[in-house]
Amino acid sequence: MKIDIKTENGAAIARLSGEIDHHNAKELRAELDRYIVTAQPRELAIDFGGITFMDSSGIGLIMGRSKLMKECGGRLEVRNPQPYIRRVLKLAGIERIVRIR
Amino acid sequence: MEILNEIKFIMPSLSVNEGAARAVVSSFLIQADPTVEELSDIRTAVSEAVTNAVVHGYRHKKGNIELTVRLLPDRVIYIKVRDKGCGIANVEQAMEPLFTTAPEEERSGLGFSVMQSFMDRLTVRSAPEKGTTVTMRKRLSAHGD
Repeated sequence: MKIDIKTENGAAIARLSGEIDHHNAKELRAELDRYIVTAQPRELAIDFGGITFMDSSGIGLIMGRSKLMKECGGRLEVRNPQPYIRRVLKLAGIERIVRIR
Repeated sequence: MEILNEIKFIMPSLSVNEGAARAVVSSFLIQADPTVEELSDIRTAVSEAVTNAVVHGYRHKKGNIELTVRLLPDRVIYIKVRDKGCGIANVEQAMEPLFTTAPEEERSGLGFSVMQSFMDRLTVRSAPEKGTTVTMRKRLSAHGD
């Protein structure tokens, strides 16, 4: 599991790679939350392009970060999920909560 | 039913074994040559079932999780995930989408929904203080060869 966060013009992009399950979601969650609370970006895009596996733990991760971004006055976006990950996102109806690009 | 091949994998209820269970299933299923999508579906369903055993079944005490994968005739894959943990008092309620007893851990309550929609058949048997057994089946598509 790897995470690489970059800020460009006030908007942040967090590029994730590896697998998201219950085991490694904890670490991701802590790292993303630390960034959101300290940097307070207006927009945060989580790029799923490098994610090779995700189960429903990823749904909890997205929903939790979306809530925290809202509380901090910002907005979360999900980018580049592979078709298979899109199916998991669709099942959860996540597109009603965050934008998926 | 005739079993063409079978493996059993017993692991302690450590969250790191969620990934190990997926890896075991993937390696065993190579012989059945599933499509990328079928393999993803099965891996995800197994991950959900094993995670449930780690997070819920063995919430208060550690124990073993037994994963059985069988290759049945007609390209049917049978998966069984069994724990001897706390069990589920109300299976019907537990299977409702978005129902969770661990919101503080950001569990979305979608584990059973994922298993149901990614597999052809799902059965959950559980008894409080005895444990939970999840069985799933999925028929792989026929290959041209």
